[in-house]
Amino acid sequence: MVVSRDGTLSSTEFYVAASAFSEQWRKFNSALRQWSWVPSPKRPWISHNQVNYMEEGYLSVENVILPELNEEGHRDGDLIEKEECGCAEEDEFIDAAVLIQNDDAGARQYDFHVVYSACYRVPVLYFRAYCSDGQPLLLDDIKKDLPLNSVEQLTRSRWLFITQEEHPQLNRPWYTLHPCGTSEWMKLLQHNDDSAAQGEGIPVDKYLISWFSVVGQVFGLRIPLEMLNLGGTQ
Amino acid sequence: MVMGDKGGGTEAQQYVWGGAIPLQIHLHDSEVTTLPPPPPALILAPRIGYLPLLVPQIKPFFSSSLPPGVDTVWFEYKGLPLKWYIPTGVLFDLLCAEPERPWNLTIHFRGYPGNILTPCESEDSIKWSFINALKEAAYIINGNCKNIMNMSQPDQAELWRSVLNGQLEVYLRVSSKLKLDIVGDDFSLKLNSSTSKSNQGVNDLDATGTTRTGRVPVRLYIRTIDEDTDDLEDAPAIGSWEKVSYINRPVEVHSEGKCFTLNDALKVLLPELFTEASSTNAHTSGAEVEGGQRSDGDSSRSPGETGAASNEHSQLPSDGAEIKLVRIQGIKPQLEIPFSWVVNNLMNPDHYLHICVYVKVLEPITI
Repeated sequence: MVVSRDGTLSSTEFYVAASAFSEQWRKFNSALRQWSWVPSPKRPWISHNQVNYMEEGYLSVENVILPELNEEGHRDGDLIEKEECGCAEEDEFIDAAVLIQNDDAGARQYDFHVVYSACYRVPVLYFRAYCSDGQPLLLDDIKKDLPLNSVEQLTRSRWLFITQEEHPQLNRPWYTLHPCGTSEWMKLLQHNDDSAAQGEGIPVDKYLISWFSVVGQVFGLRIPLEMLNLGGTQ
Repeated sequence: MVMGDKGGGTEAQQYVWGGAIPLQIHLHDSEVTTLPPPPPALILAPRIGYLPLLVPQIKPFFSSSLPPGVDTVWFEYKGLPLKWYIPTGVLFDLLCAEPERPWNLTIHFRGYPGNILTPCESEDSIKWSFINALKEAAYIINGNCKNIMNMSQPDQAELWRSVLNGQLEVYLRVSSKLKLDIVGDDFSLKLNSSTSKSNQGVNDLDATGTTRTGRVPVRLYIRTIDEDTDDLEDAPAIGSWEKVSYINRPVEVHSEGKCFTLNDALKVLLPELFTEASSTNAHTSGAEVEGGQRSDGDSSRSPGETGAASNEHSQLPSDGAEIKLVRIQGIKPQLEIPFSWVVNNLMNPDHYLHICVYVKVLEPITI
């Protein structure tokens, strides 16, 4: 099994990790918005790190509505909730509170992209948010959707946490979480992870699950325990 | 710093830091509220600087003509909103196929195109964009960015001020604490002591038995031009950023005794523009590297005067595309130059080497 020992990934490993993540997400969160792989627009002549050009791209989930924050500024709901509730057979999975939220014309939607950084050799989260009328939200508005911890961190380190940067594949301004510490905390996670005992590192197919369990917290999103407990035997 | 020179840096570094582009800045018609309209402002823009840093100097020229409202300043060249986080010299090298002097830019104080440009609220935005680039570069070089994160506030402020004011000496003093040396500078040292490149070939590897590998932060900007554009002068202006590809990428330098050249680096970045046949061109005789040689303004002219014409036709295209021009800091470097020399002398203060490449294509690229 391929593992990440130093908390980083190669771009090929990122593709493997992304495929595994979206597959497991589908398995355990079938009622929710699904992640999909978006191949990069073909950029002529620039070296592709992969043999297969389809493997260059990013992981995307769009039109997500965040579960509401409770009074303490945490999420009651566990997960990214599905925004479209038109499909009758899926309604049973959807929390009533979220259905109400969907009817709310003021609901804000989030797009999340996980893009590989060749510089940091880690996944980087890019996101944007907009009102139902398509108007993009500014960071001050987005703050209102974030848990208290994130808001505090944003105040403490204004320029080192969330900033607006150019999306490396779309070349448009998106918000991003700064990736410079990612490999460090991924290494820490690997030490806490029993299934990756004996210092063998994080199996690549579980990398993004561990990663998202940390990054999701910025938005108050958690992923189900079943996903976290997945053995390496998949 | 890198060459072990005294405070002032290498001659080439001094040229880079002293380099400036004369700008002629026009207020956009839609924002002119006075008759006659204000005359354009003439100003020198440092190559290593960023356009919004010039606003305090430019604004007095136009402030009395502006309509009421809040300033959100941005610049435009022939309809293209300029990305402020790209160093001014790089924008010039990339967008002006034939250097235009003065460079005619349009300034806007209203109507920021937020869907194209990331916001630039204050000097702080620019400073942090710079620091973040530096962090990224540090991570590529050292595998972490602790030295940047742990920089003291006074050092950080001084480093930024040195970039603002173009003080190379101060910059070198502060940045030397960051330990961002790239792949030693063996080649430059050797090149200085010995002019024969072939001598430092395989033998050195055998002698020292060491293999050095380093990662170099590169920002590559690729502009395509049509096949029928024989003269770069005729290249049509870029109307949209979609016409430019750009990436940040570490280039791994394997200095296994053999000199890793700029040509080798480009081959790694743009393999499809190089074929087997062209790779053998690397042996083309002892091109000597002369530090600091800078043909200011001659960047797109024939390289004949420097005696090596091999870079113009050495690429045999795989699909009819070919590299027409490689431009770094306004010069057209010979591709046989050792890459480490190019990096150490021509990089920007963010520790990135910004390379502009013009590629001639047979058919328009559909993206």
